[in-house]
Amino acid sequence: MSSNGKQAGAPQPRTFPQYLLLNAQRFAGRSAVRHKNFGIWQSWTWAELAEEIRAYSLGLRALGVKKGDKVAIVGQNRPRLYWTFAAVQALGGVPVPVYADSVAEEMVYVLNHAEVTFAVCQDQEQVDKVLSMGDEVKLVKKIIYDEGRGLRDYDHTNLHSIDQVQKLGREVHEKEGEANWLKAIEVGKGDDLAVMLYTSGTTGKPKGVMLSFDNLVISALNGNEFDHLTEKEVVLAYLPLAWVGDHVFTYAQALTAGYCVACPESPETVDADRREIAPSYFFAPPRIFENLLTAVMVRMEDAGRTKKRMFDYYMEHARKVGEPILNGEKVSAWDRFKYRLGELLVYGPLKNRMGFTRMRVGYTAGEAIGPEIFRFYRSLGLNLKQLYGQTEASVYITAQPDGEIRADTVGRPSPGVEIKIADSGEVLYRSPGVFVGYYKNDEATKSTKTAENWVHTGDAGFFDNEGHLKIIDRAKDVGKLNDGSLFAPKYIENKLKFFPNIKEAVAFGDGRDFCAVFLNIDLTAVGSWAERNNVSYASYQELAQHPRVYQMIENHVRQVNEDLASEEMMAGSQIQRFLVLHKELDADDGELTRTQKVRRSFIAERYGDLIDALYDGSTSKHVETEVTFEDGRKGSIKADIEIRDMNIDTAASVHKEAAE
Amino acid sequence: MNIHVDEPQTITARGDDGIAKGGDLLHVDHISLSFGGVKAISDVSFDVKKGEIRAIIGPNGAGKTSMLNVINGFYHPQQGTITFRGQERRRMKPHEAANQGIARTFQNIARFTGMSTLDNLMTGRITLQKRNMLWHTLWAGPAEKEEIAHREAVERIIDFLEIEHIRKTPVGRLPYGLQKRVELGRALAAEPALLLLDEPMAGMNLEEKEDMSRFILDVNQQYGTTIALIEHDMGVVMDLSDRVVVLDYGRKIGDGTPDEVRNNQDVIDAYLGVPHE
Repeated sequence: MSSNGKQAGAPQPRTFPQYLLLNAQRFAGRSAVRHKNFGIWQSWTWAELAEEIRAYSLGLRALGVKKGDKVAIVGQNRPRLYWTFAAVQALGGVPVPVYADSVAEEMVYVLNHAEVTFAVCQDQEQVDKVLSMGDEVKLVKKIIYDEGRGLRDYDHTNLHSIDQVQKLGREVHEKEGEANWLKAIEVGKGDDLAVMLYTSGTTGKPKGVMLSFDNLVISALNGNEFDHLTEKEVVLAYLPLAWVGDHVFTYAQALTAGYCVACPESPETVDADRREIAPSYFFAPPRIFENLLTAVMVRMEDAGRTKKRMFDYYMEHARKVGEPILNGEKVSAWDRFKYRLGELLVYGPLKNRMGFTRMRVGYTAGEAIGPEIFRFYRSLGLNLKQLYGQTEASVYITAQPDGEIRADTVGRPSPGVEIKIADSGEVLYRSPGVFVGYYKNDEATKSTKTAENWVHTGDAGFFDNEGHLKIIDRAKDVGKLNDGSLFAPKYIENKLKFFPNIKEAVAFGDGRDFCAVFLNIDLTAVGSWAERNNVSYASYQELAQHPRVYQMIENHVRQVNEDLASEEMMAGSQIQRFLVLHKELDADDGELTRTQKVRRSFIAERYGDLIDALYDGSTSKHVETEVTFEDGRKGSIKADIEIRDMNIDTAASVHKEAAE
Repeated sequence: MNIHVDEPQTITARGDDGIAKGGDLLHVDHISLSFGGVKAISDVSFDVKKGEIRAIIGPNGAGKTSMLNVINGFYHPQQGTITFRGQERRRMKPHEAANQGIARTFQNIARFTGMSTLDNLMTGRITLQKRNMLWHTLWAGPAEKEEIAHREAVERIIDFLEIEHIRKTPVGRLPYGLQKRVELGRALAAEPALLLLDEPMAGMNLEEKEDMSRFILDVNQQYGTTIALIEHDMGVVMDLSDRVVVLDYGRKIGDGTPDEVRNNQDVIDAYLGVPHE
């Protein structure tokens, strides 16, 4: 690029476009982006990337994008959608990523609320969604798309492909050079608005979190330093673009550290692509780790006897010495030797299979991870850690430093973050990453962020003796049973969800006599069990209601109860009744958020009849549930659901203990 | 090496035949076919225009599949002529028809179950291979270059049909809907001038049908491939096709746009089962 000379000796960059220009200079020949397309990993160096983004950006400018414009980005992890962020930011515009799987009405809300004037869509599906809104999104002037398939016969007056936009940009570049474009980037300031991320909204309508360049750049730099991330890392981009985690790990940190982002071929090929790329820095919600482990275990069940015995033997050994070795503790030479052998025979191939061969730092966040699952990965020698973050904090609130890993804490305050615990038990934080405010919602901003910049997390927690933060539950979800004992629903649900057979759990009990739960079976795990045990079934619904499945689930619930009974605070909230739901909880039906968290109040309303049945003593209940398909059409599912009693006399067991 | 082409390029009809869109691609004139005493097709004539989706419908045993078999050279009619790309056709073998640019899929899917999706699609390119077997066995020079070109064409089809995730999976292990898609992919790999689809949606659930309809429309729109299809799902036929020909007991009883056919009394009778004299 001809800009190389100009940027030399420039001050420390503060915006992402400035970082892009810097990287084009300092890492010119290093790979910046990889994308598997037509079966081959294509790649762009930082210098090539800067050229592509310049053309794209100038093209957007020619189409009318100007300072302050909001540009929606809808789609999966494709390189050119990531480029859109930088291309728009270079013009002083604000990108607004939108969850690709949101149904049209959710999207209407976000596009209108954000006052989006341009929309960049991945493909025909997303273009159709925006077009179908018609007059409801009056502000949208032009739609730009990445993949042209099926769009040939559309009216192209206000519809452009990214190819055309880039071509337009290159023409502009030829005519007027890049001076103006560089000038616009140069004047970008750290407190300019960088991006607006809509929170998935466990409650009510989504809110637009405004983050400035300073928020993201400083948080990213702190994160890079904390985990020693350099330009040599490789990450796989596979999480929703609209989620702050993805934005920080694959955009903010990639630009500030200068590492390479690999985009998968399609959402279905993520597992295979991860195996080929072997990321060195990896981030995933617990669900991904659970699914991977389930898949491994299912395959091991079907493996030959020798293999299975070898696997069991060495996994046992890893459980014993894997974590101490990882934490740098003292382990005997013989155990170390055996662990090495295990690495050769089991751990190595296993890590290769899962695509973790080169993983140096791995994070899990979003929800609590099962201690068993966490230990499994750690014992293989993977540096998997926990992190606690929020969109409003530009992710980082706390993180576990290397070597100080516990399954039940989320670590120490991240660099630059202050934390205090309110009297109510709620966790508050203050950091350079603290958001600017909610877009057009001062009321919510005020109730979340105090004048001194402290932000309410809404989570209840406490610091343990070692200074690690422990999160119990959402502050407002912690309740009490009628007999006064503590009821922390998430705590119970997480215990249940740690069984591979249970995919989702919803616990009830606040202001009631006892604790009762809804459960979802995990089709992968239970389906495979059914296959091996000659249990035949035609549908999810039938499998969920199968007596033998109920028996299996009952055993799991009993185990959780034993666990709860051993903890003084929780003994009162043992599960007395449970049922297995006839359908999977689904974001399309509004039962989960787009990040797959349970929407408690919505479920309480939708399944009111079933909750009543849990507490009125009946043993089965007929229900009819409306379901929504992704295109917005509706259907319904009918079922008779069995409700099972656990027959534990909590009162008696507690009294007995008290008497002794 | 970056391949940056999202614009469709490769899947074109082989050889420029100089027929404009909407011109006659295939003419079927007064075809009669019988097996011994059984008359499968009697005196049927219709045409297929370039770039359209032409549906052939009719009740069971109406002679639809026989008609396709006649078109792709598997059956030889006793009477009548077939004109493809302006050339009248004599007795011909299926592989000759394939070389002329006619590809098809089957009612009861036919694919190589032990081979991967990728290999199945590569077999579709066989008629396009220029080097002989010796070259390909040696896998050197021009043969290698040729194979790479074929592979790229196949990768574009894989991308197009969204089957990247099953590229290396043996086809026999795939669910039915995907197997159908692989079969379509193999037919497309031959870069046909005329694509014959024999009940592409048979046995599919609603979602699979919607997907397949979308792919058929996209193939037709994006690559301009002419398609003749047999289908029983009337909703699908009426939505997809430009023109419909209706057969009953081996005779043509209707021909026209979906609307015309829908209102044709003979067609209604055939489907509702009016007794035949």
